Amino acid sequence: MIHSLFLINASGDIFLEKHWKSVVSRSVCDYFFEAQERATEPENVPPVIPTPHHYLISVLRHHIYFVAVIQSEVPPLFVIEFLHRVVDTFQDYFGVCTEAAIKDNVVVVYELLEEMLDNGFPLATESNILKELIKPPTILRTMVNTITGSTNVGEQLPTGQLSVVPWRRTGVKYTNNEAYFDVVEEIDAIIDKSGSTITAEIQGVIDACVKLTGMPDLTLSFMNPRLLDDVSFHPCVRFKRWEAERILSFIPPDGNFRLLSYHVSSQNLVAIPVYVKHNITFREGSSQGRFDLTLGPKQTMGKAVESVLVSSQLPRGVLNANLNPSQGTYTFDPVTKLLTWDVGKINPQKLPSLKGTMSLQAGASKPDENPTINIQFKIQQMAISGLKVNRLDMYGEKYKPFKGIKYMTKAGKFQAGLPDKWTLEYIKTELLHKEIRIN
Amino acid sequence: MSASSAFNDEKGGSSSVGEPEYGHDPASGGIFSSDYKRHDDLKEMLDSNKDSLKLEAMKRIVAMIARGKNASDLFPAVVKNVACKNIEVKKLVYVYLVRYAEEQQDLALLSISTFQRGLKDPNQLIRASALRVLSSIRVTIIVPIMMLAIKEAASDMSPYVRKTAAHAIPKLYSLDPEQKDQLIEVIEKLLADKTTLVAGSVVMAFEEVCPERIDLIHKNYRKLCNLLIDVEEWGQVVIINMLTRYARTQFLNPNINESLLEEGGSGDKTFYGSDEDEDEDEEEKEKKAEVAAMAKRKPYVMDPDHRLLLRNTKPLLQSRNAAVVMAVAQLYFHLAPKAEVGVIAKALVRLLRSHSEVQYVVLQNVATMSIKRRGMFEPYLKSFYIRSTDPTQIKVLKLEVLTNLANETNISTILREFQTYIKSMDKDFVAATIQAIGRCATNISEVRDTCLNGLVQLLSNRDELVVAESVVVIKKLLQMQPEKHSDIIKHMAKLTDNIQVPMARASILWLIGEYCEHVPKIAPDVLRKMAKSFTNEEDIVKLQIINLAAKLYLTNSKQTKLLTQYVLNLAKYDQNYDIRDRARFIRQLIVPTEKSGALSKYAKKLFLALKPAPVLESPFKDRDHFQLGSLSHLLNAKAGGYQELPDWPEAAPDPSVRNVEVPEWTKCSSREKRKEKKVEKPFYTDSEGESGPTESADSESDSATGSESSSGSEESGSGSESEESKEASESEEEEEEEEEEEKKKKKKDLKKPVQESESEQSSEEEERKHQRKSKPRKSESESESDEDEESESESSQSESEDSESEAEVKKKKKPAESKPPPKPVKKESKKEKKEMSLLDLDDFEPAPSPQVTPVNTFLSNSLVTDLEGLSLSDSVLSPATIAPSSTLKSYELLHRITGEGLSVEYCFSRQPFSPDANMVAVQMQFTNNASSDTKNLHIEDVKLQSGMRVKEFPEIELLPAGETATAVMGIDFCDSTQAANFQLCTHTRKFFVSIQPPVGELMRPVFLTENEFKKEQGQLMGMNEITEKLTLDVKCRNEHTIVQRVTTAANLSRVPCGSDKECRFAGRTVTSGSLVLVTVATKEEGAAQLTVNCEKMVIGTMLVKDILQALTQ
Repeated sequence: MIHSLFLINASGDIFLEKHWKSVVSRSVCDYFFEAQERATEPENVPPVIPTPHHYLISVLRHHIYFVAVIQSEVPPLFVIEFLHRVVDTFQDYFGVCTEAAIKDNVVVVYELLEEMLDNGFPLATESNILKELIKPPTILRTMVNTITGSTNVGEQLPTGQLSVVPWRRTGVKYTNNEAYFDVVEEIDAIIDKSGSTITAEIQGVIDACVKLTGMPDLTLSFMNPRLLDDVSFHPCVRFKRWEAERILSFIPPDGNFRLLSYHVSSQNLVAIPVYVKHNITFREGSSQGRFDLTLGPKQTMGKAVESVLVSSQLPRGVLNANLNPSQGTYTFDPVTKLLTWDVGKINPQKLPSLKGTMSLQAGASKPDENPTINIQFKIQQMAISGLKVNRLDMYGEKYKPFKGIKYMTKAGKFQAGLPDKWTLEYIKTELLHKEIRIN
Repeated sequence: MSASSAFNDEKGGSSSVGEPEYGHDPASGGIFSSDYKRHDDLKEMLDSNKDSLKLEAMKRIVAMIARGKNASDLFPAVVKNVACKNIEVKKLVYVYLVRYAEEQQDLALLSISTFQRGLKDPNQLIRASALRVLSSIRVTIIVPIMMLAIKEAASDMSPYVRKTAAHAIPKLYSLDPEQKDQLIEVIEKLLADKTTLVAGSVVMAFEEVCPERIDLIHKNYRKLCNLLIDVEEWGQVVIINMLTRYARTQFLNPNINESLLEEGGSGDKTFYGSDEDEDEDEEEKEKKAEVAAMAKRKPYVMDPDHRLLLRNTKPLLQSRNAAVVMAVAQLYFHLAPKAEVGVIAKALVRLLRSHSEVQYVVLQNVATMSIKRRGMFEPYLKSFYIRSTDPTQIKVLKLEVLTNLANETNISTILREFQTYIKSMDKDFVAATIQAIGRCATNISEVRDTCLNGLVQLLSNRDELVVAESVVVIKKLLQMQPEKHSDIIKHMAKLTDNIQVPMARASILWLIGEYCEHVPKIAPDVLRKMAKSFTNEEDIVKLQIINLAAKLYLTNSKQTKLLTQYVLNLAKYDQNYDIRDRARFIRQLIVPTEKSGALSKYAKKLFLALKPAPVLESPFKDRDHFQLGSLSHLLNAKAGGYQELPDWPEAAPDPSVRNVEVPEWTKCSSREKRKEKKVEKPFYTDSEGESGPTESADSESDSATGSESSSGSEESGSGSESEESKEASESEEEEEEEEEEEKKKKKKDLKKPVQESESEQSSEEEERKHQRKSKPRKSESESESDEDEESESESSQSESEDSESEAEVKKKKKPAESKPPPKPVKKESKKEKKEMSLLDLDDFEPAPSPQVTPVNTFLSNSLVTDLEGLSLSDSVLSPATIAPSSTLKSYELLHRITGEGLSVEYCFSRQPFSPDANMVAVQMQFTNNASSDTKNLHIEDVKLQSGMRVKEFPEIELLPAGETATAVMGIDFCDSTQAANFQLCTHTRKFFVSIQPPVGELMRPVFLTENEFKKEQGQLMGMNEITEKLTLDVKCRNEHTIVQRVTTAANLSRVPCGSDKECRFAGRTVTSGSLVLVTVATKEEGAAQLTVNCEKMVIGTMLVKDILQALTQ
């Protein structure tokens, strides 16, 4: 399956290579570099590149390309998914997955890669198992190891490898038994200029941090499970129970994990928590443009909209912007033409606005793009879909755990300011109107 | 390596500009230093006694390897540490070895013995990692060692080691493909493994080594389906992909029938479809009509195994692993009935939220699917809307999907979307959008004019690329109805002054030339302008100018004659020979000269023929002949190792091959069925290596058909009826079995199209009636195909799963019950054989070697019993009267082929081994099948677990060709089932062989009285006692048979007993002399209880398993 792996940094250096079968010369990466040159943006490098004798499958994470070399038919998603799992594992071990972190821990990285694949086929990818085999480096452990000469490598087969619950190791003990769940929802929306929603959908995840002794068996039930249109589970969740009763029943992994990700479809009415009013105009012949943008809360169920950040890619012709925010601060990068406005919290009484003028390149023709506006925000203690956890029960162990559930809503890909609805036929009429206005 | 290191140096040089060398990087602490002199101190560190120094050195070396630096000169220093106690050092040495062993083969051999020792380690992790490294060392010399290690590990107690063995199979295969046959045997054995841990890996090995041996899957199919959900994610992907292929060869196309209903749907399509679509539909309709006609004759019923697969994979759509979801999606796309395919859309749309690489792959697949099954994704149209933040390649793919999904109801929304995309700053994307608009316009005639107008508007766009792309698309659209759009052509003619993009200019010129009759005034003028700029144009434009000139010359020679001459003259001296050639050709063709040939008469026809409108179709059309989700599909080219997805078979192969129990030959009544069986024959002969069952099957079915013909051949219905009545009388039987029956009946329905339709229908009706009456359950299982019932039927499924094993046991009893005694005796015994060979592959079976030859022994066994049964000898017959030699099972030690003519079999003679009482006597039989004599047969290089001992047999000095010799050797197995490995040497060759004892041979009989037995048993209670309930095999319900079977399984002696309900046996283990007491207490109707008391618990548990098996079959 996976023959070799090369890690390539942003400047095109191969800084790590690992081979699971016979050695593949690193010159195979030349094909990758070629493709990279052809692609205008880093993310436009095709994930699958055929070369005369091999196929290169790559993912880009944290500005590092993970390039897997394969030789024969294999589902591409298999490799891609695995590479992402590798990155997740690195992140889990080193906190960050940067070039520096990988170079610093090159031995651990190598040991990990050795355990994760055997002959190119995944062997152990469950983080619990890996952590028993190879202990994550911490400063304390490194010190102890240098003094006592003990190692980072486990000598016994991790219990998870053989059990029916490979994600949980046996003999877990805590003095404080706690189980916390975060329900985090992201809204993806496209809103047109007039404020009506083109598409909106909610992606939610339930991230858990479970520190419980022994082998607890948890069930989590919702007040309104029908809301969930589409779900994907951590392998620990019992499918059949969900199918039959809409209850999440599982033996949790130890520590942090993503229990569930779900989707609330665009068919359901999605409440949009903020609205944007904006008016950006350029005039033919004039070197000035007007910029006017107002934000306001909408359907937030009384919760405050926080950490609002507005960003917009202004047209290339804009030289500078001279704006006046009613709150927060704004920056405009004249090189990338990126306008960002850090609004902070929205006060429903006094709506934040950003007004002013933009100066254009003299003599340049009127920019025709309608800049899109991306908005980020957070709302604490609310899941915008209305999803509510009903109860969490524990079986199989005697003690009483601390339980907690937190809700949060975030903006995902939230775009506003696309042009109004029109069909191709309207173009003519609109062009006419504009001409009339100008005249 | 030298090439790559050269490359490294180069790279290093270039990187020093932008990037600091690692050596100077303070963070890496000099680890990456490339100074070769430092290798000396690394060597020193490796030679030191301190583990910490060694570790430090190894870490540096591994860092060098990671960096791609050559560290091969350290090989001797590193390989010395392979046996280091420190596990981290050891692991790093392994890493090093695997990397460089191929380059330094001789030195690498030094390490082999360490791994061989590791293979025997009590710690399973060490065993597994020893096997991993051993199999990763790509040195051809050690192939036999690897083979042996793999075979051994395949029957290891630890599933983890077995998994590693499965991983090692493809490694060995890639090293030496000639081992294929042996490896297939191991694969076959591992496929029968019941643990989820092994399943994924062994299927992977199967796919790499012998994907064509689909017959190996039959017996494991249901098990794999049922295990699937518990297999780890990566294994799931591989298994699902393999099962997709399997299902395509074994089941019928579930959509045969639905083509009838579909008719309405396809009518729909023609409504908005374009011309070429219609053509296709015509064809399709014809095909469908045919298929439908076929379907009418032959109602489709889904094979329950097919349903099982679909049902068990469905929950995996909820997996967090995108690869699993994709695998299930492709399985549904390729295998599911049309009505059910829809479920995958949601899951695939969910994947679009993942990383962009995942999106890329998923969108490719969705694009292919959306061509065939547009309806599936229509509800999710908005999910494919493009965001400005998407990478271009994602945008283009989404555009592709949107275009595929467009129909006359949603086209306005889609066009509105496209409208916004055109304003994007990403020019490649804009170009793709314009093409997409063009495709929508060709496919949906209602919006053709709207699109055309829109595109014409784009001609005044400031961006030249946009204009150029529009021109190209407009050109294609205009070709459909040129007469309506002469003003557009005029408009485009004007554009020639401004547009510089060659492709666009060429397109415009072609258009004007093609439709010069619609714009008679403008065309000559355009030619005039072009003639002026001819020399400065690009080649494609020049060609089109010549083209235009030629066409104008033919239609309007008065005005353009001179211009054409001029253009042709210019072209004559062009630098490009294509253009020169073209000019010469055209001159000859159109300008009439006295010499001009016959062709010039047809010039007009040649140039001004009506050209068919171009077909704007998706690049993803017809990609679905590749298995979706595969690399080949993504690249639209066959990748190495890609397995074609076969077409559905015309008629389903025999489903009974998947039955894990013995196929019930007696049931097959129709001639067709018999034929199929015959086709299947090679499978049995292949895998079992015996022709017994097939022969008997043939004779059986012969007799069956005979009986049927006597009852009247025209009534096939009556046959099935009688069967039904039989079934009804056996109503107390397990449900599972009834379902099985039902399957067969359904199959029979399928097989009867040849019969008169009338009688067919009636019999079917009867069957229906019968089904409804006889069990309410049936209706449920019939409606299984309904999606709504899914959960219900699922629960019933799981129920039946639980009872499966039980049912199996019962089923095995059945044939014996229903058969008249005298004739089938032989047949039964043969069946027996088969069962045994299947179950031999059981998890805990000590599994001596795959080539166990149970044939003789079992045949003789059952013959013995049968004969005894006939002679009505009384049951007090002591076990001693059964001659041990007749019940001895012989095992193969060395096969004739591997032994180059020398074959060796061994058996446990159960005689005391005189030189040493603590040894088990192993009797070996040497046969020299070669044409030459074999000399000096002896044993060498004995490798044993600690504590084990071997007493070799005296050297056989000469074994003439064709002769047979026997010898006895003694092995002290230390009361364990560990194998004894040694080399069997002749004067020319050495063979690695191993002897592994079944647990029953590790003991010798002792004689106890009833009281002694009870006393000893009383002392071995609690942990030392293992009790198991069982149901005795039908043939094994008399005391005598029980005694006989137990003593066959284990070397024990009978203890006299007052009660006839109990049989007692006693023995001592050979080495330690621990007592082994066995009690079999029989109850009513074959129920029994087996108790084993033994101080050695491991022996006890294994013995229980063996005896259990002996008694229940």
